[in-house]
Amino acid sequence: MSRTETTMDEPLLRIADLRVSFRLGREGGQMQRAQAVGRVVDGRAVGVSFDVPAHRTVALVGESGSGKSVTAMSVLNLLPDNAEREGTIRFQGRDLLALAPRELRALRGKDIACVFQDPMSSLNPVFTIGAQLCEPLRRHLGLTRRQALARAEALLAEVGLPEPKRRLRAYPHQLSGGQQQRVMIAMALACEPRLLIADEPTTALDVTVQRQILELLATLKQRHRMGLLFISHDLGVVGEIADQVVVMRQGTVREQGPVAQIFSAPRDAYTRALLACRPRLDACPARLPTIDDLMAAEAAQAAGGAPADTAAATPPPKDPDAPVVLEVRELSKAFWLRRGVFGRRLFQAVRGASFQLRRGHTLGVVGESGSGKTTMGLALLRLHDPHGGPTGGQVLFDGQDLLQLPRGALLPVRRRIQVVFQNPYASLNPRFSIGQTLTEPMAIHGLGGDDAGRRARAEALLARVGLDADVMRRYPHEFSGGQRQRIAIARCLTLQPEVLVLDEAVSALDVSVQAQVLNLLKDLQDELGLAYVFISHDLAVVRFLSDEVLVMKDGAVVEQAGAEQILRAPQQDYTRRLLGAVPRGWVPAAG
Amino acid sequence: MDRAAGASPGVWGAAWKRLRADRVGMTALAVVLAFVVLVVAAGLGGVAADWRAEVGVPDAPPTLLGPRAPTADPLVAGPAGPAADLRDIDPLAPRYAEWDAAAQRLRATEAPRAQTLPLGADRQGRDVLAKAIQGARVSITVGVLAALAATLLGTLLGALAGFYGGRLGDGLEWLYNVFTAIPNILLIFTFAAVLSRADALLPKGVWSIVVILALTSWTGIYRLVRAEFLKHAVRDYVRAAEAIGASASARIFRHILPNVSHVVLVQLSIHVVAAIKSEVILSYLGLGVAVDQVSWGTMLAEAQGELILGHWWQLAAATAFMAVFVTAFSLFTDALRDALDPKLRGLE
Repeated sequence: MSRTETTMDEPLLRIADLRVSFRLGREGGQMQRAQAVGRVVDGRAVGVSFDVPAHRTVALVGESGSGKSVTAMSVLNLLPDNAEREGTIRFQGRDLLALAPRELRALRGKDIACVFQDPMSSLNPVFTIGAQLCEPLRRHLGLTRRQALARAEALLAEVGLPEPKRRLRAYPHQLSGGQQQRVMIAMALACEPRLLIADEPTTALDVTVQRQILELLATLKQRHRMGLLFISHDLGVVGEIADQVVVMRQGTVREQGPVAQIFSAPRDAYTRALLACRPRLDACPARLPTIDDLMAAEAAQAAGGAPADTAAATPPPKDPDAPVVLEVRELSKAFWLRRGVFGRRLFQAVRGASFQLRRGHTLGVVGESGSGKTTMGLALLRLHDPHGGPTGGQVLFDGQDLLQLPRGALLPVRRRIQVVFQNPYASLNPRFSIGQTLTEPMAIHGLGGDDAGRRARAEALLARVGLDADVMRRYPHEFSGGQRQRIAIARCLTLQPEVLVLDEAVSALDVSVQAQVLNLLKDLQDELGLAYVFISHDLAVVRFLSDEVLVMKDGAVVEQAGAEQILRAPQQDYTRRLLGAVPRGWVPAAG
Repeated sequence: MDRAAGASPGVWGAAWKRLRADRVGMTALAVVLAFVVLVVAAGLGGVAADWRAEVGVPDAPPTLLGPRAPTADPLVAGPAGPAADLRDIDPLAPRYAEWDAAAQRLRATEAPRAQTLPLGADRQGRDVLAKAIQGARVSITVGVLAALAATLLGTLLGALAGFYGGRLGDGLEWLYNVFTAIPNILLIFTFAAVLSRADALLPKGVWSIVVILALTSWTGIYRLVRAEFLKHAVRDYVRAAEAIGASASARIFRHILPNVSHVVLVQLSIHVVAAIKSEVILSYLGLGVAVDQVSWGTMLAEAQGELILGHWWQLAAATAFMAVFVTAFSLFTDALRDALDPKLRGLE
């Protein structure tokens, strides 16, 4: 175990050989368990061990399923009832595993506080911010109502909410996501905790807001001299905030050390792969290395083989005069909002977006949440409820204006423009087998001849996206997020489309899976000449895939230029702000 | 999450597996199935076909209680001594001999009536057990048919209202509000009164009750199905279906309906129980099945008069049958809901 703290005493929090498993119920008289943290290695159970020293930030990094959240939640036993913890968790010298529930409750919120990922579901919607802030103050610190209110106001001011006095009377829905997360942090700070556990506190937020929250957390840690246990899947974020990094995978610690060492000289193959497979703003390889490739290459190297060729080839130049497949002129979309009992007014979600998309090219659309990028993507496909509000402008596809086509004439066009949605868990019908999912579009459009022909084609496409043919009989819930997204892509490909709208298609995926899907998308584009409209909030991902970038803000296009040009010389303030907010990981010296 | 290669159980297969692990649910299912077998057998005439036969003495008690002791001393004492001789004053006296001779020729064969029956007899001496089985046939048939019809109506209207919204949705909402604004029992009476005039259209009895109950109980299902469709219509998988060109009816019935079927199914089973209870109430109030039929409700209505005389067995039999079936059905419904609830499916 690496020790960088100078204190020789016990650190603030020490987790030693922690193992967590979940009881799944009895089967055949034997209790079945799922090991979430810790693994059996060579017949010996190995748990998770690391320290959180006082006044330091320790980051737990890993992909989904790595056990990072379970580890953090074990500290306060915020796990479901079927969890079993073994090992030791010592906080200020006390063994938390041995504490009675009552003693543990006294610690929660007072000495150890938590901030969670989704502030919208963490705040109670029926109480005001003030009521929710005052509760821990009065319970743990025994303040009177008046004192608690004054303290709550001071706390809101400290986390940087403007007009704190007015905010005390506000309800959670009246605040934006970033403001809600500030309130959550204020609640966590209320009793001056010694340790703050932040579980993906910025994942649900926009990049610019994420930057503000990260800065706030760093300042507060300094000012209150707290220990901070920061959990994230994003190495870029971790590199900016952490002093120490613990890399976890499949319930075990792969590597831990000071942030500089992890980023500049990682010793573990997995850490190296994790660092390499993130798309970056400052480099644009033709393909992203994937974790499996990298780890296989390292293993081969260790076995004495020649290092595999992972050097990035320069991307093949694209034909700038390729035919235009999709032209959008002054596209606008508005929604009716109810006002009063009978009144309604128009909310303009997209105003005047224009672009051209050429065959084999990718148009990146970036913007923060609420900028209208998804609305625009769906408007291209006419997937909005026609009663929702008027659509204006023109979407010219092959000389036809899609927006003017009668519903009946839309079917042939549907075949040629397809869409992949953000959430792979929601975009596949859970009651359809994969075979049904893939053959349905072909049956609707009468493609592929008979049933046997359609099945053969579906199997070929599954192979193309890297899945076996025997998945045809299975159901979506048996697949991981990355696999589901491949199936969703295969479903689009069954129709041999010319344009693919990718609406945050890789945002819900882990970095390693994201790299695989991005590579797949790039290969498919080169192979089939697909044109992509790639909608994303992640500038690095957009940069990897796009030829041209559209920056949107409040429904309007603020900047439109080539991908390189936008990154190197952004013209607009907003674009500069967006670029500046992208986490860049650990930067030596200057950072 | 990946299972070994090969066919994997679908959503229904997984639900059946979960249901099988539920002991209470499986016991309830066995009871329900036993009732179904009984109903089918009674319908085919195999069991309790002769329920109208007066096989016992009036108000024969259940076998367990033993035959009723002969009434020792009636309240009004009979005349003692030989009957008074009226020959002298009766003008018809000369024909006594002729009548006696005629009486000798006639033989009234009265079948021996049982003193006790397994579950006792009603006032006419009909077997209560046979009546309860026939009553089960009528009550359960009415319950299942009415629930099916109400579910069909509610699901269809709810799907249309939730999926399309707009004018159609507003219209259906208005209809729903009208129906729910009227107190339920009043609404049932209204329909019963109207339908009783429409004899030509609808034979009185089982069918009219089915129609009455279906028309008055679709609203709850409509509300739930509409809410589910509102939620699902904007889900990505439905949008994806629209994007590949699936028609509106394909989206409603092929894509969304199977995904909300657990709601429909659970509502169906809840409404079976509710319809059985409503039928009992209607029959009790005289608005139910025809007089020549028996249902649990008519049995309860008869039992009211008998209870005063201390003859409780008809009430007990009808109540016990109904209680066992309704409880088993409710428990089965609970188990079904647990087995079908997609929230328990781990990944959603």
